[in-house]
This record gives sequence, structure tokens and C-alpha cells, in this order.
Amino acid sequence: MTLTRTEPVAAPSDGPRGERPKRRRSRMTRNQALWCYLFIAPALLGLLLFSLGPMVASFLLSFTSYDLLSAPQWVGLQNYVGLAEDTLFRKSLSITLIYGVVSVPATLLIGLLVAILLNGKIPAMAFFRSAYYLPSVISGVAVAMLWKWLYNGQYGLINTVLGALGIPGPAWLTDEHWALRALIFMSLWGFGGTMLIYLAGLQGVPKELYEAAQVDGASRFRQHLHITVPMLSSVTLFNLIMGIINSLQVFAEPFVLTPNGGPNQSTLLLSVYLYQNAFQYLKMGYASAIAWVSFAIIVVFTLLVFRSTPMWVHNETSEER
Amino acid sequence: MSTVERPAADRTGDSSPTVGPVPAPPAGAARAGRPQDRPRRRRHRRGRVAAWVRVIILSVGCFTVLMPVVWMVLTSLKTADQVLVMPPVWFFTPQWHNYVDVLTLVPFQRYILNTATIVGLVVLGTLLSCSFCAYGFARLRAPGKKVIFAVLMGTLMLPSTVTLVPTYIVFNNLGWLNTFKPLILPAFFGSAFFIFLFRQFFLGIPRELEEAARIDGASYFRIWWSLFLPLSWPVIATVTVFTFVGAYNDFFGPVIYLSDESKYTIAVALSYFSGSPRIGPQMHLTMAATTIAALPSVIVFLLAQRYFIRGIAVSGINK
Repeated sequence: MTLTRTEPVAAPSDGPRGERPKRRRSRMTRNQALWCYLFIAPALLGLLLFSLGPMVASFLLSFTSYDLLSAPQWVGLQNYVGLAEDTLFRKSLSITLIYGVVSVPATLLIGLLVAILLNGKIPAMAFFRSAYYLPSVISGVAVAMLWKWLYNGQYGLINTVLGALGIPGPAWLTDEHWALRALIFMSLWGFGGTMLIYLAGLQGVPKELYEAAQVDGASRFRQHLHITVPMLSSVTLFNLIMGIINSLQVFAEPFVLTPNGGPNQSTLLLSVYLYQNAFQYLKMGYASAIAWVSFAIIVVFTLLVFRSTPMWVHNETSEER
Repeated sequence: MSTVERPAADRTGDSSPTVGPVPAPPAGAARAGRPQDRPRRRRHRRGRVAAWVRVIILSVGCFTVLMPVVWMVLTSLKTADQVLVMPPVWFFTPQWHNYVDVLTLVPFQRYILNTATIVGLVVLGTLLSCSFCAYGFARLRAPGKKVIFAVLMGTLMLPSTVTLVPTYIVFNNLGWLNTFKPLILPAFFGSAFFIFLFRQFFLGIPRELEEAARIDGASYFRIWWSLFLPLSWPVIATVTVFTFVGAYNDFFGPVIYLSDESKYTIAVALSYFSGSPRIGPQMHLTMAATTIAALPSVIVFLLAQRYFIRGIAVSGINK
């Protein structure tokens, strides 16, 4: 939580408390403050123009009916009432939740396992690291196009492999029972980012801990369970929250892989539903309401995660210092 | 955010004498003095076996992860008939002209140019604005700075969907639809995560360097431009890769802001590929296009990866 203590550049002049140095110092401080504001001005402007401003506007818009053509009309809570009664929205909500609840923890788990395997001295380390990260670099439409071909019911690689094993593969993208699973499975391919952050985190775990555990006769598995996992809990927290936010913003993949919400709207993630409302039906107010409901969900999830942190996030600083 | 605490590196004053892209060591690196010298032959042997088991597991995983990419490239080199042969053929004469066909069947050069314009300016804008702001946040003092920084970091949790509609309406009213401006302009106003990365790195740069420059009469602007930026290669590489990949793969933005086919980026063009009359359901051509589309970000990543990995380690995200 603590931000950095920023000492003034003129720290050495702290000594004599005479009148003149003090005044000189305050002028310097004021000068520095001006420079500081100048330096952070772009971020401040960006914050107001592209984050806070639109945020307020979108909140207000969610109480209006607006189609871009005529002026927005205040409709009070009508959009939110509409959402509560909208079965498609409820469906979309549950699809998004399933997607997030399965995809995020699975990605974290795979990322952690691979990071543990990659940590330490092994041959061809750099190659493995790059290879596992590669899919995350491609991402987006290219990945969706590629997987559309992999999932092809007749000629796709996945069903070919399944067929060779004697399992008849489903029509992944056109069967409403399989489309969402296909989407989730595909999302696991991009575990590289999570893995990389875990790998960075692993550099900070003191080796002595493992050595001590080894002396005590703990198995590899137990070492990781009782040292690695707790030591990386703050990294997990970061990855978890980012994963939750990202899963509400997934768009290119469902949009390309299963257009128009997929078979029987079975892959209608919130982002896709929002896109449809805003840019196909031009219901800007309704779309804003969807955005705010999904934002509220993120906030609730994040708060829940933070609330639960004392139970599982190991705070290194409090113990060592 | 629990992520703003910094690594121990600068408290110890980063004693490394070399000037150059020396990243602050990740916390804990200094603590690890490994007692490797003790003779422990049996454990050593067991360790080596374990290492090889790991390599085997990793190789199998690697094969699985890379298989889709291999399949993509293989498909892109087949003939239209070979694509539909079951079981799939693995050895055949590669049809390199598929790539030429794709590049000529659709105005791909146009898409490449559009994408290069957008991505180039976005990367430039992000690097300049984020490092500039980060210098202020890392080194200068002013009332309210901490609050602004905290709010800025808070926006990391703001999903882009919340700001989407009003931003679109404003750009629409400005008459900027179907131009690149809505996609490029925001990059010049900083971005929370990259400001954070730069700031973390700047905090690890020893103060003495800067004080010497101050005494020589260098302005803060000069210090940022000619002292901090040249030292920041690992972060610059990291931010470049992230921004490049992000802007290059961005789909939502171009889809809502660009409507003319002549304005399409590669990502958007690719998404309309399989449905387009010129390509149709020809999988070998679609995969050739997908391979071309995937190539730039892969190349950028491979070029920058050495710095990139270090840059992430430096960020001290784990703290």
C-alpha cells in the first residue's frame, strides 16, 4: 500500500535550520512542484479525458435512452429494470460467469505449474520460456481464426486426434453444448502471460526456504505447496484480479469464433451483448447500463478477493521487517 | 493496489558501478548465496535426474502448445485438395505461392500500411507519455501527486467497456469516425500500467547520477530525456512489446471506429476473411493470411524477449 517516500533532491541542505536556506528550499520545492505537475500532466489529462470523464458520462447515460440520432432522454431506472427482465441478459451474465470461473483459475493453475517447472537451471530454458509465451503474443483474431480451423468438425486437428483415439469429436462451434467449452479451452492456450508473471515472482522466493525444507525431509510437492504457493500469493492475487477483469472484456475470440452469440446464443459473453446493443441496435443507454452492471460485478468480485486475502495472501514484509 | 511497493534494490543504493542497461536486481537475488560447494554426490545425481524429468515434461507440454501453430503453418502450405485429405498428410511439397496469392487477392498492402501507421504511433505515444509521466511520479514532489497516482492505478481495474460508449459518442461528435485518430490519440496520454512499469524502473536508478546532472545545470526535462530514457532499455523493450502486441491485435477499437474497407487493419480484415467472396472457405489461404497476421508480433517478441523478461522481473510485481 505504501507509496514511495520521495525525498527532495535537496536533502543534504536539511541540516542548518537558518532562515535563508529555508526560503531557498521552499522556492526550490515550489519550482519542483511545477515541474512535477508538468511531467504528470499527460497522465492527469488522460485520466480525466479517457477514464474519469467517460466513467461519469457512462453512468449518466445508463439512465437515458439514446440512439445517437436524437438527443438522449432521461428514463430513470428503466434500463436497469429492463436488464432485470431481459432473459438474454441473464443468460449472457451466467455465460460470462461460467467463462470467468472456469477459465481464470485454470489459467492460473497451468501458469503456476509451468512456471515452477521452468524455474531454476534447466537446459534450453530460454527456448521453453519463449515457446510457452508465444500463443499469448499472437492472441486476438489470429488465434480465433486458427482455432476455428482446429475446431472444424470434419477436418480440424482436434477431432482428427480424437478420432485416432477412438473418440467421436463433437461439432465444437456449432453445438450449443460445446461452443462455450471450446471457447474456454481455447482461452487456456494464452496462459503465457500468467506464467511469465509467476516466473518473475519465483525469482523473489529465497532459496534457503527450500533448502531448509529439504533438510527436514519435505517432498518436492510439499515444498511447493507450503513454500511456493504461499510465497507467491500476492502474485496470484494480481493475476486473479487481472484475470477477472479480462474475462469480462474478451471480445475478439467469441466474435470471430462463434459470430452473433454462437449457436442458440450459447457464447453470448457480456462484451458481445454490449457490442450488439451499442453498435448494432444503437441503444447507447442500455449498453451503458450493461457496462455498469458488469463493472459492479468486477468490483464485487475484487472486493471479495481482497476481503479474503488475510486468509490466503502471505505478507512477506510484515514478517521480515 | 498492493503492487506499488518497491523492491529493496534502491534502498541499498544499487551499488553496481556499470552505467548501462543495468536493471535493479529482483528482491531476493542478493540473498541467495547457494551452498553448492558441499560434496553431496547422491543428491546431485538425483537433482540431475529430476532436471531431465522436468525437461521431458516441458518438451511434451511445449509440443502440445506449439502444435496449433505448426498446424497453421502446415495448412497454409498445402494445396486446396490436400487440406481436405483425411487423415491429414504431414509431408508434401510446400506451396509457397499461397502466400503470394493471399497478398494479391486482397489489398493486404493497404491493411499492412494502416496497421503500421496505427501501431507505430501508438507505440511512440505510449513510450513518450508513459516514461515522461513516470519520471514525474518517481522523482519529483508536488502536493496531490500521491493521490493522483493512486487514482491512476485504480483505473487499472476499470474495464474498458465502462468508458467505451461515451468515448465513442465523443469521437462520433468530433467527426472522427472512420479515421485513425480515436485509435491513436489516447496513447499520447499515458496508460496506468506502463507508467507503473517505468516508475518502478526509475525508482531503481541511483540518485547520485541525477544529482550530478542537476549540479551541472541540467533541467528535469534534460534528465528525463538524456539520462533516464537511455538507461531504461529493459522497460522500453517490455512496454514496446506489450503495446505493439496490444495495438496490433486490437480488434474492438478498429471494429467500432473503422468502417471503410480501405481503413481496415490486419486484424479486422482477417476476421472478415473466411466470409469474403474472394477467399471464401479456402482454408489454405485463410491460414496463410493468419500466419502473415501472426508474424509481426512474434518477431517483435523474439527480438525484444531478452530485455522483455528482465523488464517484467524488474517491475517487482511480486512485491
